[in-house]
Amino acid sequence: MSTLSIENISMRFDLPNGSHVQALKDVSLTLNTGELMSVLGPSGCGKTTLLNILAGFLAPTEGRIMLNDHLVTGPDAERGMVFQQGALFEWMSVRDNVSFGPRMAGKREKEWAGTVDHLLDVVGLQGFKDKAVYELSGGMQQRVALARCLANDPDVILMDEPLGALDALTREKMQGLVLKLWKETGKTIILITHSVEEALLLGERLLVMAPRPGRIHKEYRLTFADDGVGRDLREVKKNPEFGEKREEILSMIWDMEEEIMGRTEEASA
Amino acid sequence: MIILILYIVIFAAAFFAVRFGVRKFRQMQDFTSLKTVTFGDESAVKPDRWASVISVFAIFLLWGAFTGSAWVPIHAPGPFVGDTQFTYTLEAPDGSRDDATVSARVFKIGEDADEPEIQPGEGFAKNDAIKVGAWRSELLLMDKNDEVKRKEGAKVVAIDGQAVAPGETVRVADGSVAVTAKGSLNFSPAKGMQMEPIWLPAPEAVVARVGEIASEGYQNFTLWEHLFWSLFRVIVGFVIGAAVGIPLGYAMGLSDWFRGWFDPIVEFMRPVPPLALIPLVIIWAGIGESGKIILLFLAALWIMTISARAGVSGVAISKVHAAYSLGASKWQLMRHVIVPNSLPEIFTGARVAMGVCWGTVVAAELVAAEKGVGMMVMVAARFQNTDIVIMGIILIGIIGYGIDILTRKAEAWLVPWKGRI
Repeated sequence: MSTLSIENISMRFDLPNGSHVQALKDVSLTLNTGELMSVLGPSGCGKTTLLNILAGFLAPTEGRIMLNDHLVTGPDAERGMVFQQGALFEWMSVRDNVSFGPRMAGKREKEWAGTVDHLLDVVGLQGFKDKAVYELSGGMQQRVALARCLANDPDVILMDEPLGALDALTREKMQGLVLKLWKETGKTIILITHSVEEALLLGERLLVMAPRPGRIHKEYRLTFADDGVGRDLREVKKNPEFGEKREEILSMIWDMEEEIMGRTEEASA
Repeated sequence: MIILILYIVIFAAAFFAVRFGVRKFRQMQDFTSLKTVTFGDESAVKPDRWASVISVFAIFLLWGAFTGSAWVPIHAPGPFVGDTQFTYTLEAPDGSRDDATVSARVFKIGEDADEPEIQPGEGFAKNDAIKVGAWRSELLLMDKNDEVKRKEGAKVVAIDGQAVAPGETVRVADGSVAVTAKGSLNFSPAKGMQMEPIWLPAPEAVVARVGEIASEGYQNFTLWEHLFWSLFRVIVGFVIGAAVGIPLGYAMGLSDWFRGWFDPIVEFMRPVPPLALIPLVIIWAGIGESGKIILLFLAALWIMTISARAGVSGVAISKVHAAYSLGASKWQLMRHVIVPNSLPEIFTGARVAMGVCWGTVVAAELVAAEKGVGMMVMVAARFQNTDIVIMGIILIGIIGYGIDILTRKAEAWLVPWKGRI
């Protein structure tokens, strides 16, 4: 059963000086329900643009996005987002943040109280539900963001470097939490990251994108995410295959970066 | 000059007294006290509460000392009060000279005094008696009881044995005597170093005035009515200004058309000081309440518009995106994200606007009003009631400070996340 299909997406911005930037060119992709795909790529490969198109914040110049056989035209509660940071509402308590989606949908408290309580339990913030979000640490804030997104029960969750601003230890814990939530809820998740390790650990599918124009370079199907569910992620990293894949993708991205550097040097020479 | 030097001396003396006296007894080992680098570390600089208290006391001490206040134990030398005398030497046209004594009684202004009783004395120049108020001077037509008058050619040639000519001044025991161009004498008792009450009244006189005006009123209104009217104008003007300015600012932050339409108006009106509008407002609306309120409305309007607009542009785009992808409608985004997110900016604007409004209302009342603190101060100044002027200035300062503290408290209560994101 196909759920999310990206059909021949191209994105072209005109610049004031008459030239243009081809941020994405002819990107096509299909995601099935319950798949977790991580997206990697050097800076400027258009991965954030792709995510913004999927969320409905940007309209592609060509192509279309279909979700469950209807056209995506704008932001909607069916596609939840988790941002790198700063997207919580400081004027609301943790519980009010998590229940934001259901409340905006006009649901009454008894309809959502159970779900929200459960999610607060899952992310381990039950004891903090009446705290203000600015009193929480960075990792706790991202857990609130995850719970807030899940409380809305979206079909697809789009994550834009959700763990990028966290310290290494917190990040590792959060990676385990993302895997656990993915398995428990069976959501379709697209996760953009800068960390090759994170992409390998979390991505059932891993998409490497190339820049100028932004396009799909290579796709992997991996088993590390399934191995990692409910286990110590450091064990997964010890797997020799994991190391090989990491080296392969790292050198792939390095080559792309060097190519970009070379091209700019040529251009300036 | 002397006051400035004294002030610096008090400053330095208090510094050393606190540094080497008080500090010895109570040393706290908090984090800051253990820092070795404090010069240049702004966070290590805290206001010294001793300094603040001594500073306020020093101002009252100097004020009291130089106005002869009963509240202050030490005083600068005051004006001479009491009886004194000097002699003048009158020269008749034939060249003969005779001395006469002038007995002067210097009294405090506001008290009754009689001229001292004297004997006319020997010779053709007779003794005189005058009374002079402290800080004043008195013209003495010394020859009106003399046997040879000025129009017969008599003239004063010396005072207390010091030769003088018309236009010159000589010092005598408790003041100075000037000989006027026409030859009469002008006695000025020594003024000392204290300020005359019409320049600067003593603190207790100001406090007494507060009580008097609070109960009896000034210019048909009691003190509370003056204050009430000024505050009333500020609050009404500010509330209307905010009620119009905040929605306008939101509209400018949310719509291209509104921003384009109002940008030139707001950017033009913002730098115009509200005081510059006073003449126009008086022409249009007169000096009554409506004119004042229009002026304060204009003073608050642009500030509130700009702060609301800044509040909207300060919303992180990720918050807006998050709200939309959680299913919020435009109205819900406005109500639950944009308005609360702009509150810190709006409170900052409100504090500025209240300050500007308070300054503007006082200035507008100085120009023309029937009631209000500014009017009270202005009328008092015309009648040289310096105590009322000083009382008014102190009350204006206290109320302005109070307004600022109240808005800060409201801000801390309503926007606890400010500065913590």
